[in-house]
Amino acid sequence: MTSTFLADKRSGQGTDLPPPEKVRARGRARRRVLHWLTAVAFQVPALVLFIGLVMLPMVFALYAAFFRWGGFGMPSDYVGTDNFTDLFDNPVFLGDLWRCLVLVVLSLVFQLPFALALAVALNQKLRGRAVYRMLFFAPYVLSEAITGVLFSMVFAPDDGLADHLLGAVGLDGVGGLWFADPSYVMATLFLVMTWKYFGFHMMLYLAGLQSIPRELTEAALIDGASPWQRFRNVTLPLLAPTLRISVFLAVIGSIQLFDLVWVTTQGGPDHHSETMAVTMFQYGFKRYQVGYASAISVVMFGICLVFALAYQRFVLRRDLEGATTTMRGDGK
Amino acid sequence: MTARKTARTLPLHLILVAVGAVMVLPLVYAVLSGFKSTDELSSNPFGLPKHWLTGNYTDILGGSDFWKLLGNSTLIAIGTTVLVVAVSALAAFSFARFAFRGREVLFTFFTLGLMFPFAVAALPLFLLLRSLELLDNPLGVILPQAAFGLPMTIIILRAFFREIPGELEEAATLDGCSSFGFFWRVLLPMARPALGTVSVLAVVTSWNNFMLPLLVFTDNTWWTLPIGVQQFQGQYSAEYARVFAYLVLAMVPALAFYSVAERQLVGGLTAGATKG
Repeated sequence: MTSTFLADKRSGQGTDLPPPEKVRARGRARRRVLHWLTAVAFQVPALVLFIGLVMLPMVFALYAAFFRWGGFGMPSDYVGTDNFTDLFDNPVFLGDLWRCLVLVVLSLVFQLPFALALAVALNQKLRGRAVYRMLFFAPYVLSEAITGVLFSMVFAPDDGLADHLLGAVGLDGVGGLWFADPSYVMATLFLVMTWKYFGFHMMLYLAGLQSIPRELTEAALIDGASPWQRFRNVTLPLLAPTLRISVFLAVIGSIQLFDLVWVTTQGGPDHHSETMAVTMFQYGFKRYQVGYASAISVVMFGICLVFALAYQRFVLRRDLEGATTTMRGDGK
Repeated sequence: MTARKTARTLPLHLILVAVGAVMVLPLVYAVLSGFKSTDELSSNPFGLPKHWLTGNYTDILGGSDFWKLLGNSTLIAIGTTVLVVAVSALAAFSFARFAFRGREVLFTFFTLGLMFPFAVAALPLFLLLRSLELLDNPLGVILPQAAFGLPMTIIILRAFFREIPGELEEAATLDGCSSFGFFWRVLLPMARPALGTVSVLAVVTSWNNFMLPLLVFTDNTWWTLPIGVQQFQGQYSAEYARVFAYLVLAMVPALAFYSVAERQLVGGLTAGATKG
């Protein structure tokens, strides 16, 4: 395989063949075309599905965003960039952007460091660490909708578990309305998100930590580095790729947050917990302003794209690395 | 020595137990509340039920609604998984074992799918499904779920297929195996662990999907569990105890699946995140 692989790749790149081999070259060219067709044939089902149901809808949204359109027939009322300029005058949408930023910052400041600390703790030999790991990660497998319903009961005003607990430790009246309180709804939402997702980030970090060769931290230990120095100068830099992915996933998660909000507050009270996805849903599916809602989709995509480019650069670099090492027969 | 070590790790254990308690508490609260009456819930919020009422649970299990939701969720999850794994395996095989012009471009094209979340495409996708008359049809959920699962599945399978030694393919070719024969008879059986991993990922993603079934299923014929739970809460909003029982029953399949497939799920998620 490795040798034919090499040859194919070379001819694929169009290395000139010496003239006396012309006849053989023609046979080779035919084989090459056949080879290419076989390779592509395997891709066809995936391509059809991916282009038809992922790429085309996206491109269509980009088109529909420039029309005033109720969603029936084809869009015809071209309004240029009006939808976008309206969008950036819409206090609800500007609030969505702000709330998205708030969730991202809260994640970066509290959730991810918390997950990292627990990952470091559970990366050492510790009695019961498998149980802790399994427990912390468990909420990840629950549906966001079911989690939302559960916590709307836990945070039910006055009668839920949260208020009863606060009352039991003498903090009567500290809780209150939770999801129904405009000033605390985002904090409550963030608590639920942390409950559900910190275990996932912890698992990512644990996988990253386990791929760091022990010799490196041992060498630092012999050199007399303190635990903090070992963490700061050895572990953290080597964990950087994992951290980047975890941050990326947290950002994407905040941008597309829908299920949890829809089930607990539907964006209320008075838009105080609305996210971009919820606003898009409201305009697109409740008010039939499909062109306007498409513009929201496009902005969401734009934000994802900006964040992804940083990530993609990293992925691409690894891919190129992969392509060169494949040639040496190494799978990685 | 061990005593000193225990003393050193004691504060750590205390923290871990506290975090664990916060994780478990809502779940235990829900289970216990399901055994109470709604009246008892406010007078006795966290104690054990005075009388263990099983009626909330048995009423739900005795009716047909819950089982129908469970059946729908199962059917859609299996359909999605079979489709996405089959289609991705073919594509990943081509990416991993063929050198062809445009390979890296095509692969990058698929990885683009990782960059935008489903919510971004939800609206145009809904319009497309409507024009294809796939609303209120399980395929309206299965096909898009499979399409959105492709990038991650292809990435994981490609990485795995690459690690299978080339000598095997040479041997199979010498024995007269075609490309597809090698794929079907040699590669797939060897890739069983990787196929298990991506299947578990696909099942969990499909099982928990909320937005797409919410959009596609306008009546309750094909509703899945997450939709059913939300509707049930709306319908019985005053009967807390019943809602708790419903919630618990709806969580059982996911948690049971997690307890048997934890390794594959964690392996898949971390591989997806680090290899992607």
